[in-house]
Amino acid sequence: MIRVRNLTKTYPIRGGHRTILDSVSFDLAPGRKLGILGRNGAGKSTLIRIISGAERADAGTVERGMSVSWPLAFSGAFQTALTGRDNVRFISRIYNSDFERNIVAVDEFAELGPYLHEPVRTYSSGMRARLAFAMSMIIEFDCFLIDEISAVGDARFGQKCQAELFEKRADRAMIIVSHDAAYVRDHCDHFAVLHDGHMHFHDDFEDAYTLFKGLIGWTPPPDSGTASS
Amino acid sequence: MTAPGLTHQPACTPERVPSLHEALAIERRVIFALLMREALTRYGRHNIGFLWLFVEPMIFTVGVTALWSLTKTVHGSSIPITAFALTGYSSVLLWRNMPGRCINALYPNLPLLYHRNVRILDIFIARLVLEFMGATMSFMLLGILFHMIGWMELPEDLLEVIGGWFILAWFGMALALFLGALSVRSELVEKLWHPLSYLVFPLSGSAFMVDALPHEAQGYVLLLPMVHGVEIVREGYFGSYAHAHYDLGYVIAIASTLTFLALLQIRAIAPEIIIE
Repeated sequence: MIRVRNLTKTYPIRGGHRTILDSVSFDLAPGRKLGILGRNGAGKSTLIRIISGAERADAGTVERGMSVSWPLAFSGAFQTALTGRDNVRFISRIYNSDFERNIVAVDEFAELGPYLHEPVRTYSSGMRARLAFAMSMIIEFDCFLIDEISAVGDARFGQKCQAELFEKRADRAMIIVSHDAAYVRDHCDHFAVLHDGHMHFHDDFEDAYTLFKGLIGWTPPPDSGTASS
Repeated sequence: MTAPGLTHQPACTPERVPSLHEALAIERRVIFALLMREALTRYGRHNIGFLWLFVEPMIFTVGVTALWSLTKTVHGSSIPITAFALTGYSSVLLWRNMPGRCINALYPNLPLLYHRNVRILDIFIARLVLEFMGATMSFMLLGILFHMIGWMELPEDLLEVIGGWFILAWFGMALALFLGALSVRSELVEKLWHPLSYLVFPLSGSAFMVDALPHEAQGYVLLLPMVHGVEIVREGYFGSYAHAHYDLGYVIAIASTLTFLALLQIRAIAPEIIIE
C-alpha cells in the first residue's frame, strides 16, 4: 500500500508562489492502477517525483509500503559521454542488481547491437528511448510510476513495451500520468483529474474524462464526431 | 517478441526504514557507483584513462617544482627547494581543487536524483573522494620518486605528515561542500571563487614558511586555515628544522564549523531543487 497524505507543494514564480499540490491524499493498493489526467503544468510530473522520493514536498507524507520505481520516462537520465553499457552498470550498482544478467537483458530487449558499447551521445532518439525503457525493466518494483511513456517509439517497439510492462507485469501497481486520455483509459482501473492542486477521483473513466474535458475547455466540433482531442 | 532475460518477480522487498548497517551499505554502493561514473566521464577509456586522476596533478606539481627550482624562489628556510615545492603545491591541490570540483557540480547531475537513494550529498562526496585520491596518489608517488632520485629525504614523522594531510583534506572538503551547496543558490560563487583562490594561493603557506615572515605578518597569515595544514605537513616531513607555526585547535575548530555550515546549507537547498 502506498499512502499519500496531505501533500502540498508550491513553486516560486515571479512575484509569489504557485500552489501545484494542495493537500493531496490517496491510497494505492497493490496491483491497482491509477491514471492521472491533467493539463500541461497541472503538477502531474511533480506528484510522480514526490511519490518516487526524488523530490520533496513542502508538507505531507508519502508512506511507501511497497517498492516504488523511479519515474519512468523515455528521456532517461543518461550520462551521454558514457556507453549504454556503462549506464546499465551504474543502475545495477545503485540498485544492487546483477550487472551480468542485466546487460544480457538490455541487449536482447533494446536491440542496440554494437551501439551498446558506444557513447549514448551517438544514439538516435529512438535508440535512447529503447535503452531507457530496457533499463527501466531490469530492476523489478511492486509499483511503477509512469510519466508520459506512450510518447515515443515505433510501432514494433511500442508493442514490446506494452507486453513487457502491461502483460508481464499486470500484477503490479502503477500510477500513470498522461495527457493522452486513451492511454490512461486502456491501462488503468481507476482515475483522477489533477486540477488547481486538487485530485478528483473517479472509478469510471467517462466521469473522469468528462471532468477533464470540461477543465481543458474542450468542446466537440460542431459538425462531426470523428475529430480527435 | 519479449526478452527472456527479464524476470517477473519483484526483486525488491517492501520499503521500510533501513537499519544503520543497511543504510551504510546503500551509501557505500551509491557513492562507489557515482565515483566510477564520474571517473569514466572525466577520463574516459582513451590513452591512459583512469591514470589521469593522479598524472594530471603530478604534471602540475612537477611543473611548479621545476619553476620554483629554476627561479630559486626565496622561501626563507634551509629546506631543499624540491621538497618545499612538493609539500607546498600538493597541499594547494587539496584546498583549491576540491571546491573547484563541487561548485556547480549539482546541475549536470540533477537527473540522478530521480533515483531515490542518490542524494545531493552523495554527488559531492563522490567527487571529493575522487579528488582526494588523485591528490594523495600524486603526493605519494612524487615523494617516492624524488626520494629515489635523491632530491629529497623520506618524511621524518610519517604519521604527522598523514595527520596534516588529512586536516588539509578535511578543510578542503568542508569548504567544497559549503561552496558547492551555495553555488546552487547563486552563480556569484563560481565567479568569485576563481579570483579568490588565485589571490589566496600566495598567502596559503605553499610558497613560504610562516617562520620566515616578519612577526607582525605571521598572525595575519595564520588566520588562513590551510596555512596550518601545510605547516603540519612540513613539520612531519622535515622535523625540527622546519620551525612550523600552527594551532591544531584553531584549524579543527574552523573545519568543524565549516562542515556544520555546509551540511546545513545542503539541507536548506534540498527542498528547492527542481529536477527537470
